[in-house]
Amino acid sequence: MSLVKTFDEEVLIEEQGFDDHFHEHHHEDKYKSSFIFKYIFSLDHKIIARQFLFTGIFWALIGAAMSVIFRLQLGFPDESVAWLKPFLGRWIMINEETGMGTLDPQFYYALVTMHGTIIVFFVLTAGLSGTFSNLLIPLQIGARDMASPLLNMLSYWFFFLAGVVMFFSLFLSTGPFSGGWVAYPPLSALPQASSGSGAGMTLWLVSLTFFVVSVLLGGINYITTVLNLRTKGMSLWKMPLTIWSFFITAIIGLLSFPVLVSGFFLLMSDRSLGTSFYLSDIFINGQALDYVGGSPILYQHLFWFLGHPEVYIIILPAMGIVSEVLSVHARKPIFGYKAMVYSIASIAFLSFIVWAHHMFMSGVNPFISNFFVVFTLIIAVPSAVKVFNWITTLWGGSIRLNSPMLFAIGFVSLFISGGLTGIFLGNSALDIQLHDTYFVVAHFHIVMGVAAFFGMFAGIYHWFPKMFGRFMNETLGRIHFWITLIGAYMIFWPMHYLGMAGVPRRYYRFDSFDAFGQFTTMNEFITIAAIIVFFAQVLFVVNFIWSINHGKEQTTKNPWLATTLEWTTPIKAGHGNWEGNIPTVHRWAYDYGKDGEDYIPQYIPLTEKEKAEIDNH
Amino acid sequence: MADTLTQTNSPMTEGSWDGASRPFKASYGKLMMWYFLLSDAFTFAGFLIAYGALRMSSPTWPVPDFVFSTVPEWLPGSAHHKPLIFVTIMTFILLASSFTMVRAVQEGQQENKNGVVFWMVLTIIGGAAFLGCQAWEWNTLINEEHVSYHTNPFGTHTEYGKYLEGDGHDIEAGDTFQPGDSYLIHNVDGHWHKLKYEVTEGEDAGMTKEMSFGPKAFSALFFFITGFHGFHVFSGVVFLLIICINAASGLYVARKNEYEMVEKIGLYWHFVDLVWVFVFLVFYLL
Repeated sequence: MSLVKTFDEEVLIEEQGFDDHFHEHHHEDKYKSSFIFKYIFSLDHKIIARQFLFTGIFWALIGAAMSVIFRLQLGFPDESVAWLKPFLGRWIMINEETGMGTLDPQFYYALVTMHGTIIVFFVLTAGLSGTFSNLLIPLQIGARDMASPLLNMLSYWFFFLAGVVMFFSLFLSTGPFSGGWVAYPPLSALPQASSGSGAGMTLWLVSLTFFVVSVLLGGINYITTVLNLRTKGMSLWKMPLTIWSFFITAIIGLLSFPVLVSGFFLLMSDRSLGTSFYLSDIFINGQALDYVGGSPILYQHLFWFLGHPEVYIIILPAMGIVSEVLSVHARKPIFGYKAMVYSIASIAFLSFIVWAHHMFMSGVNPFISNFFVVFTLIIAVPSAVKVFNWITTLWGGSIRLNSPMLFAIGFVSLFISGGLTGIFLGNSALDIQLHDTYFVVAHFHIVMGVAAFFGMFAGIYHWFPKMFGRFMNETLGRIHFWITLIGAYMIFWPMHYLGMAGVPRRYYRFDSFDAFGQFTTMNEFITIAAIIVFFAQVLFVVNFIWSINHGKEQTTKNPWLATTLEWTTPIKAGHGNWEGNIPTVHRWAYDYGKDGEDYIPQYIPLTEKEKAEIDNH
Repeated sequence: MADTLTQTNSPMTEGSWDGASRPFKASYGKLMMWYFLLSDAFTFAGFLIAYGALRMSSPTWPVPDFVFSTVPEWLPGSAHHKPLIFVTIMTFILLASSFTMVRAVQEGQQENKNGVVFWMVLTIIGGAAFLGCQAWEWNTLINEEHVSYHTNPFGTHTEYGKYLEGDGHDIEAGDTFQPGDSYLIHNVDGHWHKLKYEVTEGEDAGMTKEMSFGPKAFSALFFFITGFHGFHVFSGVVFLLIICINAASGLYVARKNEYEMVEKIGLYWHFVDLVWVFVFLVFYLL
């Protein structure tokens, strides 16, 4: 008889669990009382996680739809898009004689800018880290809720507010901000620089400032919860890798987002109060402006001091999710657990000293660039450690090839493909040719865009039962996976060739450049692939929404036969997660396939044999 | 090696890091304050680095001894030419308020309500006095010396020369100066009096020139950074006031947690003082 079955889980937790006197002083939660406080202004981390997820999906659809529109422009610049007129209004210009509809170039830039801003911040930061940190940190470390549920709720509502402001800016008569998601001055600093640089940029700054408040409130909570609220026996080295990655992600965010705020405040001052922090020697229509003494490079430093860690804020949670999903569905312990933790930590450390590799061509001293090249290339080491550990975890496992597992494996594939081109781009000499080309677009979309989405999908398919008590449809999940994986490669692989030939990113059309004429068919191909992948995501959203109420019902507490604590709560857990005691943790999170046992959950005490083995060490 | 790379289970231990316990016995609220301060430190660091970058790229920079040399008239002696005296008083007041804050926390740990309130009131007075001093300093710069967010009349000479006219204050026609000497362009009734001078040495010797404004970044950064710090002090005073009223009302007596709220705002207050030390260093000493 297997070890899991020899113990009655509920009896074990009730007898040996950790009694935190939850019921003595925690009478009926007053926020359970009404719909508004239960589902809207909720203090329950599980509800807040779902709020982050729904909002993230909403923004992902908008961001993805934007990319389809500008891909149409890039793939088929001479086709009429008059049919978009009902959606985009005057941003589609109709030629009176021919009836041909073209996308306003100004709005093309706005679309590119908003696509980046929305996906990077609202989807892959808030939607990914916000969802899974909230859902999993208390559940997997054995806590009733976050350290401060109130700040946690505020974190979501600041994100919501940021979203409202950004959404509003999409409907301005002058359009949303259009100077690129990095918002470099002078385009972002001079309201007269372009139509989007006025009110659009103001709202962009306000929105992202609220967003940073949200990230900081969330991050402070995640860190404190992980440090202070672990259940009995959950020492740091017994935490699942998901928790390690969320914890370190929160630390990175806490140290890098404030510097972005510094940069933003100086930018606001330049925009509204007439200072010259980022401006110098600018001529408009032959007239010199009054600004002297500033430096646009200063903004780039402040921005990328966040901007680079930001890509790890995006990818580390995905890595944590993937490590967990791979291990559960390969029925094998994660290979090199401590090496995984150390590599997360070293990636986090290195992320703070590589920011100027985004600025090799901005006029940074080439001598200084050397240091950034070296540190950038060193990141390949911990990244490779992680990749080898994932592959070794799969090696010889009894793999369940279901949707979460497929997406986790897809993540590893994408992370390798996108990571390798990072080695090209981290080299300041190669960057002379490759900077600001489609090579860069291909690199970061594969390695942190699509890969992070794959981590997110793996997490959604895997923890969907935890969130809604039902499963997502497996067939639709697999269709979603194969179209997305193949489609993503079809979109971004050809872009490498465009980039190596020097095709610059962010251009509205290329027909005035003879050299790029050869890529017309390739651009059409990419656009068609992008449209197909977009509809695959719509399929995912349909599956997601349908499964909330109609998916296959979860009948056992622990459907994946996983070891971690989140599967010990009731299927529909209330605020407080466990009804009685919190489970006590006796072992690490990856006892799969040990001593002939398929899996041994963390709350099961060590056997006599295991104790003897430890003593012999 | 196998142990460092792959995890093996270890028996449960009950150290403060092993779960169901608070490392360093720090409550979640105190931890949150520490992490907030850490992030705020990075915000200030961003500003101070911006300061360094802009100052280093500027050919000249106003000399603090010259810019900050005015004191209120009711202080003994002349109101001018007292370099850094006033800011020294300000700094002393703020640092003293850190001391009174320490005493308030100490009284809190002994659950002594009256002691907490007494020392917190002194801290609030110190914070308010600092803000008052800052208001006076800003007022002097803006209304008497006509420094503004985008105009900086404090300049530095870069060549040898001789003034051709006086300004009615310190400079008379015929006075000579050398590179590095500071000047203030006076503003009378809305007009800038840029004095004419004759260059006496170097390539341009014999040419007549007039004073030019100092680097814009100086005044912009000064108002921006001291303003941002002053905003922190102001928020600190507001929070101190609220917590002081709560303490006086006996709210924290029932909690029996050694007035932890006082300790948390204390952490914030010391942080704000510490930031001032850096602001003081870069604007007034370097």
